[in-house]
Amino acid sequence: MVSREQVLHVARLAKLRLSAEEEERFALQLGGILEYVDHLRELDAESVPAGGEPGDSTPDPRPLRADEPSPSLPRDDALGLAPATDGETFRVPPVIDGGGGV
Amino acid sequence: MRPALRSLPDLARDLESGGITSTAIVDDALARIAERNDELNVFLHIDEAGARAAAAAADVRRARGESRGPLDGIPYALKDNIVTRGMPTTCGSRILENFVSPYDATVVERLRAAGAVLLGKVNLDEFAMGSSNEHSAYGPVRNPHDPERVPGGSSGGSCAAVAAGMAPLALGSSTGGSIRLPASYCGVVGVKPGYGRVSRYGLVAFGSSLDQIGPVANSVEGAALAMRAVAGFDSRDATSQDAPVPDWSADIGGGVEGMTVGVIRELLGDGVDSGIRERIEAAIDGLEAGGARVVDVAMPHASWAVAAYYVVSSAEASANLARFDGVRYGRRAADPSDLEDLYVRSRSEGFGDEVKRRIMIGTFALSSGYYDAYYGRAMRARELVRQDYAAAFGRADVLLSPVSPVPPFRLGERLDDPLAMYLVDALTIPANLAGVPAMSVPAGATDGGLPVGLQIQAPVGEEGRMLRVAAAWEAAGEGAR
Repeated sequence: MVSREQVLHVARLAKLRLSAEEEERFALQLGGILEYVDHLRELDAESVPAGGEPGDSTPDPRPLRADEPSPSLPRDDALGLAPATDGETFRVPPVIDGGGGV
Repeated sequence: MRPALRSLPDLARDLESGGITSTAIVDDALARIAERNDELNVFLHIDEAGARAAAAAADVRRARGESRGPLDGIPYALKDNIVTRGMPTTCGSRILENFVSPYDATVVERLRAAGAVLLGKVNLDEFAMGSSNEHSAYGPVRNPHDPERVPGGSSGGSCAAVAAGMAPLALGSSTGGSIRLPASYCGVVGVKPGYGRVSRYGLVAFGSSLDQIGPVANSVEGAALAMRAVAGFDSRDATSQDAPVPDWSADIGGGVEGMTVGVIRELLGDGVDSGIRERIEAAIDGLEAGGARVVDVAMPHASWAVAAYYVVSSAEASANLARFDGVRYGRRAADPSDLEDLYVRSRSEGFGDEVKRRIMIGTFALSSGYYDAYYGRAMRARELVRQDYAAAFGRADVLLSPVSPVPPFRLGERLDDPLAMYLVDALTIPANLAGVPAMSVPAGATDGGLPVGLQIQAPVGEEGRMLRVAAAWEAAGEGAR
């Protein structure tokens, strides 16, 4: 039900690379899962308004907080776990011609 | 009885009266962990020095008459998808193998303020995606009642820790049943608060509209005390409910006289193991004997809940896990040729199979051409499930059902069939979709000796009602077991 091309397309969107074995296994497994969720087509989709988040059932809209600045994470803490850093920013390979490959 | 196996309120009373010290409780917990952790694979990180220091500090406070309350000096285990400054948070994944968070989750801050002693981080299905705790990159957790069987997931470590007497309390998280299912499989109490009741700040996000942190304990009152300590508005969680937190343990012994309990008949049919059905029917009878009125309720859209959940939760997961890209933290692939290669290889090397599956389902459901057919319909199904609850709660104060259609299964039994694994959550998923509080309380065992859990659900805001019914069953069930 899910073709190899569809699996590759979705993997590309999700920034995942699959081995040939994974492609085949996932195509099968995803096919089974998607066939099951297709069950949702049985719903008369037009008769139900689209639901929102659980909090949407509250009568008032969620209040906004006051616009008061407060400290954020110190930069050293934020950089502390970075795989590569120049002390101020995160270092990554150069973006060439719009990022390559997308 | 060994201290760490005793109930939290019992230990709190003993600490208060000076009959025991926090140091003694924590020593016993650490000994118990040392005895069984190799076999059960519960703890991924143990902070022995930190725990002993915190216990000593709690004893000093008590000696000075400065106790912080019932949780002061009580040890607990924390699911490893909740961040901690002083120790790693792996989420059961290779992609966060060496990650140490620069901040503590709100629940960790609140438990520390209450004096609770953090023992360490416990194992889980990777990124909380699983129902058996077999999808951890660090090996499966085993059920303390039968180590050849699963403890349930994804909070398998949290529930096994309490069941094995490693701690009287743990925190887990639930997105589709990940507290109730392992609690039922391990024979302990597990509570999923209503959505928004407990802050998600510091819970690594899986399905943001579904996730909640909740307590696991060996008594209903213990779970209630812990939930009170962590619940309440948090400005750092935009979905946090701004409502007062009731003193749940104060009313917990009120009994069920005059309450109406609704039995969800669809969920007690042939699809449920007969041994489980017997235990649930016995629990219903027990509550009726205690003065509750029993009615049948219908949840006609329950059959769509699993499909809706797997689309919605996977869609949210695909967005939430996009942050794991090897740039700012976590695993980065070696020698990336360009930025794309960095993203793709870091993620592909770091994520396990189940996580990849869910990300792909979610990406597919949100992709152009499929959004309305999958995500749109799933959100409509979700609304129908909410309407089912509204109708059911119009007729009953709480709803009763089993937690799982099957008893704890053997390791490996459902690993090759993801869909078979997903269907184990069929009875717990609706509560997450609707955002209602739900819990599992032990209800005996099957003939084969495998734990069975009774699920109790209540309307949004009514955790107290649910806890009262659970406590009434717990008191009555002692004799029945």
